[in-house]
Amino acid sequence: MNPLIDIQQLAFAWPGEAPVLKIDQLQLERGEHLFIQGASGSGKSTLLNLLGGVLTGFAGEIRVDGHALSQLSARQRDRLRADRMGVLFQQFNLLPYLSLEDNVSLPCTLSKQRQAAAIARSGSVAAEANRLLQRLGLDPQQYSKRSAAKLSIGQQQRVAAARALIGSPALLIADEPTSALDKHNRDLFMQLLMEELQQADITLLLVSHDPALARYFSRTLKLEGNS
Amino acid sequence: MLLHMAARSLLSRRASVLLTLFTLALSTALLLGIEQIRSQSKAGFFNTVTGTDLIVGARSGPVQLLLYSVFHIGSATSNIRWSSYIELRDDPRVAWTIPLSLGDSHRGYRVIGTSNSMFEHYRYGEGNSLQLAAGEPLNDLFSVVLGAEVARALNYQLNDSLVIAHGTGNTSFMQHDNMPFHVSGILKPTGTPLDRALLVTLEGLEAIHLGWRAGIPLPGAQATPEQARQRDLTPRQLTAALVGLNSRMQAFHLQRELNSKQTDPLTAVMPGVALQELWQVVRLAEKALLAVSAAALLIGLCGMLAVLLSGMQQRRHEIAVLRALGASPMRISALLLLETLLLAVLGLLLGLALLWGGMYLLQQPLLEQFGLHISLTWPSAQQMWLAAIIIGLGVCSGLIPALLAYRMALVNSLGQRH
Repeated sequence: MNPLIDIQQLAFAWPGEAPVLKIDQLQLERGEHLFIQGASGSGKSTLLNLLGGVLTGFAGEIRVDGHALSQLSARQRDRLRADRMGVLFQQFNLLPYLSLEDNVSLPCTLSKQRQAAAIARSGSVAAEANRLLQRLGLDPQQYSKRSAAKLSIGQQQRVAAARALIGSPALLIADEPTSALDKHNRDLFMQLLMEELQQADITLLLVSHDPALARYFSRTLKLEGNS
Repeated sequence: MLLHMAARSLLSRRASVLLTLFTLALSTALLLGIEQIRSQSKAGFFNTVTGTDLIVGARSGPVQLLLYSVFHIGSATSNIRWSSYIELRDDPRVAWTIPLSLGDSHRGYRVIGTSNSMFEHYRYGEGNSLQLAAGEPLNDLFSVVLGAEVARALNYQLNDSLVIAHGTGNTSFMQHDNMPFHVSGILKPTGTPLDRALLVTLEGLEAIHLGWRAGIPLPGAQATPEQARQRDLTPRQLTAALVGLNSRMQAFHLQRELNSKQTDPLTAVMPGVALQELWQVVRLAEKALLAVSAAALLIGLCGMLAVLLSGMQQRRHEIAVLRALGASPMRISALLLLETLLLAVLGLLLGLALLWGGMYLLQQPLLEQFGLHISLTWPSAQQMWLAAIIIGLGVCSGLIPALLAYRMALVNSLGQRH
């Protein structure tokens, strides 16, 4: 079986600028967790945007789950992201006007594949959303109908994680998901996230400047940046 | 789901959205309401007199003749000779005539001297004839039939007696109080100026003017009602006559003949032509009203656009989230367009509700105060068009935020730190 992520001779530069990212070879097996550590400007967000398929114009090749990104149209890349990837940001992950349950269910409305996976797992999308909320320490009885705007940042990040995980995407890409959290919340978040990832056999690619996160990962890559 | 999200998103901004909705609804109701009043008052106007082939009066302009003979506005400067009227009435081409004699009033309402051929031949609307709500047509020299509004406003019942004032002012000093009239009948509402008129016989009018010369009573020459009944009350002159012909084809011919009559200077007009001519005057106001309400609608739409655009910066991260979830830029702009469409449709529906509610409440007062008959109807074709235009404009203005969202969605970055 080929690796989930296969990067060969990747280089990216903004037009007229020095390259910000250069990776000769990087492969990530299914279920593997990779921590990419680097200071700001090291190109780690650029890497995530390339993997996510929103940024194009790179040299070399990136394959995600067998699909060569350079061969896909914008629409196909959006499709791939909807079906196979969960995305976590630093903050503002949620739509404040939707309930937690609706927020978590959102990927299933954009991807039939993830909807089917969620239903296969728990019987219905709502049930799966509530199961994930429960797993991430948010009691559905208390929280699922609540508006996302009324949560602490730590709680919001856990809801965002539940959303990224629903429908078992093959890959979770996370960009500094803990940087808005204090140490206690960071550790709690990482523990819950890793548990659920392990159980669902989801590949994780997380970028952060925070070396303290390295202990949750079997594999670490340090990006030095080329600037 | 897209609809659900659009609805939730709008709901989360309910304060500004409600205000926008209200402005839209008001301007929609205004535009559609003005269109309604315009079309219905126009229909009412053209329906004031139907089935009459010619209106004949003394020499004057067609519009003036129409105004005083049918709408009871203004007064005639001169009259038709009785002999000319008899000649016209007996013309073989003429099927019927309704004589009209104006000049007196009762508490601000016009008194019209006529004959019972009024009840037989006068037509308004789609061929409706005058119907009595109570009593019977003119049955005596001193009987009077009241228009619906007169009876209601002055609270007259059958057999009440009333006194006619000389002249058409609201408060006349000269009353024909030696010869009171009694109410023989009350008309059903027609939505025409006849609602505000009192009908009496030509002879009755002649009787109360016995002993009058040049508009003032001669001292000691007044007659009692009993004396009047003995006298020859054939009128000497007439204000105007409505004429029905045996064949419509003869209208042009007879009109030309009457207009060039040597013995008596007459004017004959075809009601449709004169109404059309009069409407040209009214139309300017009608157009202006429509333009003002169209401007109100544009202001409403601009308000909506302002609210939507001012919310765009706050929605930047919402767009970023949807992008990260794999929503295409197309889909994101569709979401925003749907929101605007939802607003426009809701605004339209609310506007229609406002319009119908308002018309339901104002129907009676409008009819009573202005004689304006507005009926609650399904939207006319014109209103449907206006509604479609409103929705169309709503969608067009929704394209602007949608386009903005599309461009935001194309930003090649997940998250929104840049």
